[in-house]
Amino acid sequence: MNDKIKIHIDGKECWTTDGTSIIDAAKENGIFIPSLCHVDGIKPAGSCRICNIQVNGRNMTACSTPAVDGMHIESNIPELEEMRKAIIEIMFVAGNHFCPACEKSGNCELQALGYRYQMMVPRFPYEFPEKGVNADSKYIYHDRNRCIMCKRCVRGVIKDGKHVFAFNSRGGENLHIELDTELASQLTEAEALAAMDICPVGAILKKERGYYEPIGERKYDKEPIGSEIENK
Amino acid sequence: MSQKITIEPVTRVEGHGKVTVHLDDQNNVSQTRLHIVEFRGFERFVQGRPYWEAPVLVQRLCGICPVSHHLAAAKALDVVVGAGTGDGLTPTGEKMRRLMHYGQIFQSHALHFFHLVSPDLLFGIDGDPAIRNVIGVALMHKDLAVQGVMMRKYGQEIIRATAGKKIHGTGAIPGGINRHLDPAERESFLNGPDPLNIEHMITWAQGALDFFKGYYKEHKEFIDNFAQFPSNHLSIVRKDGALDLYHGVLRAVDNEGNRILDDVDYQDYNEYIEEEVRSWSYMKFPYLKHLGKEKGWYRVGPLARLNTCDFIPSPLAQKEFEEYKAVTNGKPNDMCMHFHYARLIEILHAAEMMKELLNDPDLLTGELTTKGARQPEGVGVIEAPRGTLFHHYRVNEKDQITMANLIVSTTNNNEPMNQSVNRVAKSWMNGHTEITEPMMNAVEVAIRAYDPCLSCATHALGQMPLEISLYDASNNLIDKKRT
Ligand code: SF4
Ligand code: FES
Repeated sequence: MNDKIKIHIDGKECWTTDGTSIIDAAKENGIFIPSLCHVDGIKPAGSCRICNIQVNGRNMTACSTPAVDGMHIESNIPELEEMRKAIIEIMFVAGNHFCPACEKSGNCELQALGYRYQMMVPRFPYEFPEKGVNADSKYIYHDRNRCIMCKRCVRGVIKDGKHVFAFNSRGGENLHIELDTELASQLTEAEALAAMDICPVGAILKKERGYYEPIGERKYDKEPIGSEIENK
Repeated sequence: MSQKITIEPVTRVEGHGKVTVHLDDQNNVSQTRLHIVEFRGFERFVQGRPYWEAPVLVQRLCGICPVSHHLAAAKALDVVVGAGTGDGLTPTGEKMRRLMHYGQIFQSHALHFFHLVSPDLLFGIDGDPAIRNVIGVALMHKDLAVQGVMMRKYGQEIIRATAGKKIHGTGAIPGGINRHLDPAERESFLNGPDPLNIEHMITWAQGALDFFKGYYKEHKEFIDNFAQFPSNHLSIVRKDGALDLYHGVLRAVDNEGNRILDDVDYQDYNEYIEEEVRSWSYMKFPYLKHLGKEKGWYRVGPLARLNTCDFIPSPLAQKEFEEYKAVTNGKPNDMCMHFHYARLIEILHAAEMMKELLNDPDLLTGELTTKGARQPEGVGVIEAPRGTLFHHYRVNEKDQITMANLIVSTTNNNEPMNQSVNRVAKSWMNGHTEITEPMMNAVEVAIRAYDPCLSCATHALGQMPLEISLYDASNNLIDKKRT
């Protein structure tokens, strides 16, 4: 096994295979680096910056940077943790994230990170976006006001080789994700549910799923985000 | 020409209210108005939202009885998803919701009686305001205060076990419920260590009733005559006329006990109830259409419910009910302070119902939800602690809510609360140009009997932050007082 490489994360000696992303290498070694725009199985975009780490003092995104033998990586340092918290807070105020009424609550990655970073009161002013909703297809309810623009859906929800969601860069400040209603109408119930799962927040909902999971049994009720990696 | 006196805010009422009293040239009360700022934004806010979100969203309407809104909305959406009403749900769905509801009634009534009402009874309307509050009760009648806290806690735990959280739970979903009751929790509710078990709750509920009845014996004149006036009464009752706070048909009686509405399916509430808009009030005034605005208004809440129902389907409460009915020789009870008496009987009934439900195996196993042919609209009605609560939704084929209409208990009681304030103002304020603290509290006592729930839940535990503005005939402010 000569493709094994050794790296250091926060001083800890870690082993991984050549070509593994830093975020996955950390995961293999029981270290949690938060991510939002990245999700397993989809090509990384490196856009949200919450996974920022430092290599030799330079900021890089852990989701899209491969580990290289001998790398010294800093992740859990105040400067980065503070920045991550700020990113989460900015995302919260930029969208309509009203957790008590949102059915994604308990399964929402943004909320889970909010708890992890002990976000108490927002430092930034609420934006109350009015980007509208799209409820036109059979199984998908798309609430753009909750979208954090991670584009996971753009990369990951494909029907017959075509993208169901697209990034709409027109409209000046009103950048948003557009749902192809016709294509979305062809999604099966299971595919719609998978789309809901791809979305880290409550922007993509599988219709009529609602509050089907009782409080206490949702993903992050049982295990705070990151603990599945850290407690391995 | 008249003088205008303004009292605001009404304390120990959940939220904000304002009373204006107009005096004539002889300084007699010529007109009174209770202004309640009601949060109506919800009906607009919910438009476009997916229908299944409503039962969770609407709980924001109220910090005191969110469960009532949660259940009323879920009941309306049961109709939308084709599950129907009443026994349309699975036994588990229906019974878990009932348990949640009785937990809510129990805790809300306990809060109201022990925290908000007992100070007036223990210390008197004109008692020293420095001690006439829940802190005073705690200092002088520790057992009562402790019971109030523990009963509230028990009810809240029931809510948590059925809805997932004490407030803003998610338990009731269109077509049923999202969980079973945990067997360990059931055991603890039934047989847990004292005092947090159902037997203790029943005993305490009886104790509170005994306390009230003892007080009543000694203060009959006050309890019977304070702000007494005839009215109609409305609630849902079970098909067979039993008291049922969760489900039933609409029934209304007049002050003689004649049924002026009977066996009405609440899906048709629109055909029977109309809401009047008055220029001076944010809150509407509902009335029974066929009787018109003047004669059609009605009371809701505990007093009304014990007037509309024929019997209570739990033995201890039924016994109390018989004694209570004997006071008025079986006729409807129109005495404002008897709201408290009725409320305490309901606390006992709620405790008995919780016991019955907790012993029911359907809570532990069985199908949680059901659905049928989709309907474009649905109405849900429940007897909230404060009275009949209507939720009505229309949903488009994309699953979005296109219309929501709510008539909350406090709105149903708008006219009777105004009438009560008027009665009290006349008997306490005629001939005065200054408002004393006891006068102000008397007005509050009348309003408080209805336990109105105004949209935000601020409590004034200590001093009453009361402001009095006195205007002369030309509407000049001539005096302003703050207690
Ligand atoms: S809809 Fe969800 S998955 Fe798509 S970009 Fe927005 S937040 Fe990301
Ligand atoms: S998770 Fe790496 S940049 Fe978003």
